[in-house]
Amino acid sequence: MSAVRIKSSPQEALLRVVNIGLLCLITLLCTYPFYYVVIGSVSSGDALADGVFLLPRQITFYTYNRVFAKGDIGHAFLVSAARVVSGTSVCLLCSSFFAYLMTKREMVGRRIVYRIVISTMYIHAGLIPWYLTMKMYGLKNHFLLYILPGAVSAYYIILMKTFIEQLPASMEESAALDGAGIFRTFWYIILPLSKPIIATIAVYCAVGQWNAWADNYFLVTDPRLQTVQLILYNYLRQAEQLASSMRSGMLGNSVLENAISPTGVRMAITVITVIPIMCVYPFLQKYFAKGIMMGAVKG
Amino acid sequence: MNGKPVRKCRLNGKKIRGYEYLLLSIPFLLLVIAFAYVPLFSWLYAFVHYQIGHRLSDMPFVGLANFAKLLRQRKEIARVLRNTLAMSFLNIICTPLPMIFAIMLNETRRVKFRKFVQTMTTLPNFISWFVVFELASALFASNGLLPLLEGKMGIVREGGNIMGNNDMVWIFQLLLGIWKGLGWQAIIYLAAIAGINEELFDAARVDGASKLQTIRHVTVPGLMPTYMVLLLLQVANLLNNGLDQYFVFYNPSVSDRIEVLDYYVYKVGILVNDYSFSIVIGMLKTVISVILLFTVNGISRRLRGEPLV
Repeated sequence: MSAVRIKSSPQEALLRVVNIGLLCLITLLCTYPFYYVVIGSVSSGDALADGVFLLPRQITFYTYNRVFAKGDIGHAFLVSAARVVSGTSVCLLCSSFFAYLMTKREMVGRRIVYRIVISTMYIHAGLIPWYLTMKMYGLKNHFLLYILPGAVSAYYIILMKTFIEQLPASMEESAALDGAGIFRTFWYIILPLSKPIIATIAVYCAVGQWNAWADNYFLVTDPRLQTVQLILYNYLRQAEQLASSMRSGMLGNSVLENAISPTGVRMAITVITVIPIMCVYPFLQKYFAKGIMMGAVKG
Repeated sequence: MNGKPVRKCRLNGKKIRGYEYLLLSIPFLLLVIAFAYVPLFSWLYAFVHYQIGHRLSDMPFVGLANFAKLLRQRKEIARVLRNTLAMSFLNIICTPLPMIFAIMLNETRRVKFRKFVQTMTTLPNFISWFVVFELASALFASNGLLPLLEGKMGIVREGGNIMGNNDMVWIFQLLLGIWKGLGWQAIIYLAAIAGINEELFDAARVDGASKLQTIRHVTVPGLMPTYMVLLLLQVANLLNNGLDQYFVFYNPSVSDRIEVLDYYVYKVGILVNDYSFSIVIGMLKTVISVILLFTVNGISRRLRGEPLV
């Protein structure tokens, strides 16, 4: 470190400054849109039309108030949460247990079974075949549509299998000597030892579930099964009417009337959609990195 | 008499366990078959005239008539292919960016600053394209921040609203993709940099190499294997741009340039309701992609001595 310092020429010092400057700029570009939407959503409609750049102006939470008063977003939040929790746990259990089975060398037909599962990463039947098959299974307008198709996921299986294979074999052997069966070994030995990779996969899976929209958009018409992403999509297509219908609910109050604008409504809903990810994200960041690195090993 | 049965018994035990594991894997295998392989049977609809509410066996067999549509629609197909390839090639040209970003990050020795930058730049990867669309419209739509600022500063720009500008679609979508993926893709290169032999850096230092020389002669060559893998994988995905981004950013004024293959499959299938033709296109797309993957795998075997997947 110090050796580098002694040698650093003015040219290198300049380079370092430019580098830090560029990194700051990229960081700003990545974060400002989020920041802008947050400050925009708590500024009044008039202020928005006039321009809000660095700080919110004429702060009002009225837009949020009205958005939540409409009711469906609260319910959509619950549906999304339900699919995140159940989808993630089912996917974790199925994928990790299957990956564990795939590490068993004595398994009959192991290679072919593994190949069949891994090939799904590259063989896509396409949109319409997927649509028709789900309909055939009766998953249209069914909550299981959110859970079953992703239960056994090739990519997570690769990650998990790679991880289990580098665990010390002695742990498993001693468990087997103590008479533990495969389920017991999996539950009490393998799972606890695989915590880092389980956490990584859980985070991937949860984010994927939270952001998923295609299943909902193409196959769910039942408003009780609507997820947050789709509400966002629907709102953004009809923000104009939405804002006016919200305004009409408070006739005669011209101050509040201008508080709600279509842009403001869209911003508020965007913030509501992103907040869960923003809240958990910084804490889980190290797991993200770990997962992609392990994937790279396999690459 | 004594030894033999015991040994046989043990062998059998091992074999039985082998079958037991196979049995245990069957429920999962069935799930995979049901959700990834059964849909392939719908490819049969490519050879019939699809009619809603009928069984496959009742639909008239039309042979390759649906494939002949490809020729009749060749202008459309050519346009969609042009868009697909344009987006893919632009993305391939930009593949060094995450690598450069990772090297830049690696050069900052302040760990906290680096972590902060990394956290902030990976965030866009974890939001849906709907949210990206909302952020983009808040900034660029006709009543967004950018036109507002331009208006205040008296700047008049040709072409108006970026999101509705047909000439800028490709570059705009490319930039959005980079914005979303840059930080995330850099992680893989950071891991690769950490894996470069420390002695090489030391040797460069002893030889009196400058920072830039070290990067050029040690870091970049050290990252090349990773770069090649990612590049080849991207080539294999030439036809797969994904639906999300193009679905979300589609609007009539940019339809000419934004309709990529994945969007076209959606349009023909869901909007036009021509299931058979949509299946034909999707099917060809998958088949070509698999062939590409095998080709790229072969190239990788020749170049690096090992396959990609």
